[in-house]
Amino acid sequence: MIVAKRPNSLTATPTHYCPGCTHGIIHRLVAEAIDTLGVEGRTIGVAPVGCSVLAYNYFAFDMIEAAHGRAPAVATGLKRAEPGNIIFSYQGDGDLASIGMAETVHAAARNENITIIFVNNAIYGMTGGQMAPTSLPGQVTQTSPYGRDVTQCGYPIRVCEMLSQLEGPEYLTRVAVNSVKNVNTAKKAIEKAFRNQVEGKGFSLVEVLSGCPTNWGMTPQAALQWIDDAMIPYYPLGVYKDRSAKEA
Amino acid sequence: MAEKVLMKGNEAIAEAAIQAGCRHYFGYPITPQTEIAAYMAKRMPKIGGVFLQAESEIAAINMVYGVSAAGKRVMTSSSSPGISLKGEGLSYLAGSDLPALVVNVQRGGPGLGGIQPSQADYFQATRGGGHGDYHMIVLAPASVQEMASLTVKGFDLADKYRMTAMILADGTIGQMMEPVSLEVEPPKVYEKPWALTGTKMARKHNIVTSLFLQPEALEKLNIERYARYRIVEENEVMYESFQMEDAEICVVAYGITARVSKNAVTAARAKGIRVGLIRPITLWPFPKAALAEAATRVKSFLSVEMSMGQMIEDIELATRCKKPVTLVNRVGGMIPTPEQVLSAIEQAAGGDR
Repeated sequence: MIVAKRPNSLTATPTHYCPGCTHGIIHRLVAEAIDTLGVEGRTIGVAPVGCSVLAYNYFAFDMIEAAHGRAPAVATGLKRAEPGNIIFSYQGDGDLASIGMAETVHAAARNENITIIFVNNAIYGMTGGQMAPTSLPGQVTQTSPYGRDVTQCGYPIRVCEMLSQLEGPEYLTRVAVNSVKNVNTAKKAIEKAFRNQVEGKGFSLVEVLSGCPTNWGMTPQAALQWIDDAMIPYYPLGVYKDRSAKEA
Repeated sequence: MAEKVLMKGNEAIAEAAIQAGCRHYFGYPITPQTEIAAYMAKRMPKIGGVFLQAESEIAAINMVYGVSAAGKRVMTSSSSPGISLKGEGLSYLAGSDLPALVVNVQRGGPGLGGIQPSQADYFQATRGGGHGDYHMIVLAPASVQEMASLTVKGFDLADKYRMTAMILADGTIGQMMEPVSLEVEPPKVYEKPWALTGTKMARKHNIVTSLFLQPEALEKLNIERYARYRIVEENEVMYESFQMEDAEICVVAYGITARVSKNAVTAARAKGIRVGLIRPITLWPFPKAALAEAATRVKSFLSVEMSMGQMIEDIELATRCKKPVTLVNRVGGMIPTPEQVLSAIEQAAGGDR
């Protein structure tokens, strides 16, 4: 009896992610959602610039690699070209909340019928651990060696809270993947974010708090704990907007 | 005979794009090209097309990137400062071998510059505009009719060679009205097996990317791309030759300055000066062979430009500096007059008198 297998939406390519990185879990949750909805044949994913830049090798459906931060605009083009296709972007915090903030906010404001998986690990991973727009106050990174000084760099940006002030978006939620319980909640949220698009409801963004043991300088176990101890207090989990729930 | 309608140059571009099968337009307001967006905003919803005013020129070119990757004809338009913002996207389009049509109705620069006509983006357009080794096909209309016909041609060339075609116009041709025929042959359909249409569970996934981390692979792609560019250079050069048969002086000009120059050439001919005009219609590929041939028989060249002298470098390269080339120019939104060009022609002819 098969009790677990690779989702159809994932290729057999081994990923390049570091030990203890949670991108692998999030990729799997996305693939399971696409499989469950049965839309693999009409899904197109947009990979970002950052650690998940090579995501196009891991997903089995059509993929495109966008310029840094521009994934929501590229996704908009793909969706407007063929509204029947299921379009999502997979972006990190530097990509989405720093260089691509304008594209993110305006895609949300237009209620563009796309799905965004926003992986927030509070650091630039690919380039070796620089301060991100979501790095926590006091967090030591390569470009904040004395800890993030909020008098110089300001405070980290809470994306879900900010976007929830817009009329546009359909669904905004923040989840984490640092425990079985949290992964199960994340799985449901990601599936809902894709189902919303299939049902034509509009812009859905799932922010996933994710671990980066390599650049945080921690063991994988300590990294998962740090999500609980440091990240979730600043970035509370929960649903920030769900228009269809309100109507129901 | 085809019926003619009176149109602004910018509107002619927009209508011709629709005739060429473009149903997706993304733009951001900037003078002096906003009529293109306004026309598309009116027309696209009526014909099942998409007009979207993007949040920035950067977003607009990336929306173009998405539609092109989906295999559909798509365009954006802007003017000089906006084209600089699109530079990143132009490089990515080239790096992913995606076709697109981009219009630059040039205004004076650098910086915010002015809003009057200019040709100061010649280097930016003919050298690619963004980072990396690549070219765009650059088309330079000199009339409202050419704004239309070169737009149609641009879409075809873009699809044929998987390149960006740029219409490099200027504020004068964009704003002026002339009779134009919009009778267009049905657009040729190109197979796009690389397009992101969804696998439909019937093929392996397609990937559109400009990222190639193995230097050997990236080198190979660059070399292959340049082999394709050579085919474009061999087959797609367009220029107009005017009164060059017995010319001793060759005026070189494109776009609005070519029209000014043509008047000057006619006036100089009336005075008995043997002068002709070569008007590049494609700025890349540049009509190198025509200029090299002219260099074997004329005494000198005049490069008439609305820049501080950019095309003049291509003339010197094409002619291997065999004959002197003199710059005749106005900049900053000023346009050379026929009298200015005539006077330069007379000066060039002066030595023989």
